[in-house]
Amino acid sequence: MNLVLNEEESILRQGALEYFSERLPVSALRSLRDDDDAHGYDLAAWREMAEMGWAGVLLPEAYGGADFGYRGLGQVLEAAGRTLAASPLVSTALTAAPLLLAAGNEAQKAAWLPKVATGECVLALALDEQPRHAPSAIACRATAAGDGWRLDGAKTFVLDGHVADCLIVVARTADVAGTTEGLGLFLVDPRAAGVGITRTRMVDARNAANVTFDGVALDGAAVLGTPGDAWPLLERALDGARAGLAAEMLGGAQEAFDRTIAYLKLREQFGAVIGSFQALKHRAALMFCELELTRSAVIAALDALDSGHADVAALASLAKARACETFELVSNEAVQLHGGIGMTDAEEIGFFLKRARVAQQVFGDAVFHRQRYADLAGY
Amino acid sequence: MSNLEEFRAETRGWLETNCPASMRMPMPDDERVWGGRNAVFKNPDSKLWLERMAARGYTVPTWPREYGGAGLSADQAQVLREEMGRLKCRQPLSSFGIWMLGPVLLKYGNEAQKREHLPPIARGEIRWCQGYSEPGAGSDLAALKTRCEDRGDHYLVNGQKIWTSYADHADWIFCLVRTDTTAKHGGISFILFDMASAGVETRPITLISGASVFCETFFTDVRVPKENLVGELNGGWTIAKELLQHERGMIAEIGRTIGGTVPPVDVIARQYLDDGHGRIGDASLREAVTSHVMRDRAFALTMRRAAQESEAGMASGGVSSMFKYYGTEQNKAKFELILKCLGSRALGWEGDGFSAPELDICRTWLRSKGNSIEGGTSEIQLNVIAKRVLGLPD
Repeated sequence: MNLVLNEEESILRQGALEYFSERLPVSALRSLRDDDDAHGYDLAAWREMAEMGWAGVLLPEAYGGADFGYRGLGQVLEAAGRTLAASPLVSTALTAAPLLLAAGNEAQKAAWLPKVATGECVLALALDEQPRHAPSAIACRATAAGDGWRLDGAKTFVLDGHVADCLIVVARTADVAGTTEGLGLFLVDPRAAGVGITRTRMVDARNAANVTFDGVALDGAAVLGTPGDAWPLLERALDGARAGLAAEMLGGAQEAFDRTIAYLKLREQFGAVIGSFQALKHRAALMFCELELTRSAVIAALDALDSGHADVAALASLAKARACETFELVSNEAVQLHGGIGMTDAEEIGFFLKRARVAQQVFGDAVFHRQRYADLAGY
Repeated sequence: MSNLEEFRAETRGWLETNCPASMRMPMPDDERVWGGRNAVFKNPDSKLWLERMAARGYTVPTWPREYGGAGLSADQAQVLREEMGRLKCRQPLSSFGIWMLGPVLLKYGNEAQKREHLPPIARGEIRWCQGYSEPGAGSDLAALKTRCEDRGDHYLVNGQKIWTSYADHADWIFCLVRTDTTAKHGGISFILFDMASAGVETRPITLISGASVFCETFFTDVRVPKENLVGELNGGWTIAKELLQHERGMIAEIGRTIGGTVPPVDVIARQYLDDGHGRIGDASLREAVTSHVMRDRAFALTMRRAAQESEAGMASGGVSSMFKYYGTEQNKAKFELILKCLGSRALGWEGDGFSAPELDICRTWLRSKGNSIEGGTSEIQLNVIAKRVLGLPD
């Protein structure tokens, strides 16, 4: 297992750090929020990212992708996390595109993936139905109807669902409620009759949607993979998404930490900088240790995805659980150690607290992943 | 085949031929070999194994050949570790000389000192102890007072050390002494002397675990040859600090392997809390065990990443403090969790009412409390991280 970046990855990382700090600093997210931007991300910036190969970072060159693998995408996501950059990187490049690549037939892949790579199309995975991530608790039904299917149900927390050009919907095709069997994947046009989409404005100023399906008619070409057998491909794509999101969260936690350390060296009370007080030094050092352990778990999960490591599921859960715990710890401490100024909207540290909590809930929080890790280990 | 792969094949063959079968079994603590003038080999195979490994330079694989090593590169040493791990070969020798003194002697010792001391360390012939802490100098180590006076043709040492591990079994001591009372850090020197010298007395200290691995060590007019000063006079603090880094790495490592006979916490939890299907029957403890195992795994990955970064020349400072802090806290947490899983079965002191592994768990639990005190307390490690890594001011 290789836990160190190679030269190519280091160059990609450096380029991404520079791009996000110059082009999409935290103030860009604030503007999107304050302007109530219709997309919730900067369209021009997303096209620039696509030109750099980041939209199709996991896709083969045959579909216009850059084929950098999860290790490469992890570097871009970590850099994006440092400035809380809003973009379809998570919804499309990290989650939906690799799922379509794994499950789709040639016609489906040729229809969508090249447009993903150029940044023309945004894809969204419509999975969760409950407030907490529960990928096997699917009630949404796909019923065979003639040559096609009829879709009924409701989805929530669909990332970028309000602007997606295509939804990948997880629905039950066989009646085995609450299990991982009998699940299917469907490509659904968000403008189709019977599809209802409501944008949900989240606390982190990024976007998701509630989506309803009321007797939506789908033809046979909408079926992605084999109906009833979606779970292995879905789980693998989710593990990729978990590891990638953990990389973004690591970037956010590291930035919140670095800003807090800088503040501890600046703020004076009792005639000394507060960073000289041992009570605060120890809290800072503890956070440093947790960040280092999380960094190791994240690169291990990314590496396992690229190398096809047998233990990829446990490593993805390890990475996401740790990223959730570490970002929660660091974002809480960051606000506390900034004192009163940390409570103001004018100071940017609060944006990290808000992003942390939303990202924690995406694809399973620490509680979910500890449980999953225990199940995988046979505890 | 690359040179490294040739080396791997050759090493594997040699180990298979030369490592006795009993040296491939888990090592009980009482079969650990510390060497020295009065070396104890409870298992005769361990003597044979030490001699074979030492003859090949494999007790100190990366040391130069002229000092008893094998002159291996870092890559080759890693291959040797991997191959020994694959065959489950025991470490042939446990030695403060190898883990702590050797690395600084290689860097700061003069040629005569290296030739005199390193080969016997490599062969396990001389057992060393560490004279650092004093009754009034624990976390504030540089406050040490043991006097070392220049008497012309020799030094005269007077004072007291404490927490000297295995001083009562040691042949020689590497010792921090005060050679200038007008400067704190700048008045400390690093000297070596024979524990058989007149005026050296050791008294074992009984610990809460019932064991006596530490001693009080008294020096009364001990004569030390002047050639036994390592580095510059009053320049000992630099050497002392560097040696501490090796010690912290060692404690973090020992912290993980100590009580090698105590099974991992998840194995114990499944054994004692079996729900009838080999799973952990208590939901709260299942979560606690899972959290612990996940932290362990992330910690192990971090050690591996640090090793890979070091190989790639990207070493970062302060990591030894992080490993010392996290490794020892994790080890203490492991035993607390095992106690919770075993309930009263873990709390037997002696006698037939408990199995040998249960009694071992109780004693090892008590011993683990010292991990986060010796070699610099957890609080000191956090101070070091805050200062050296994060740059927070004093």
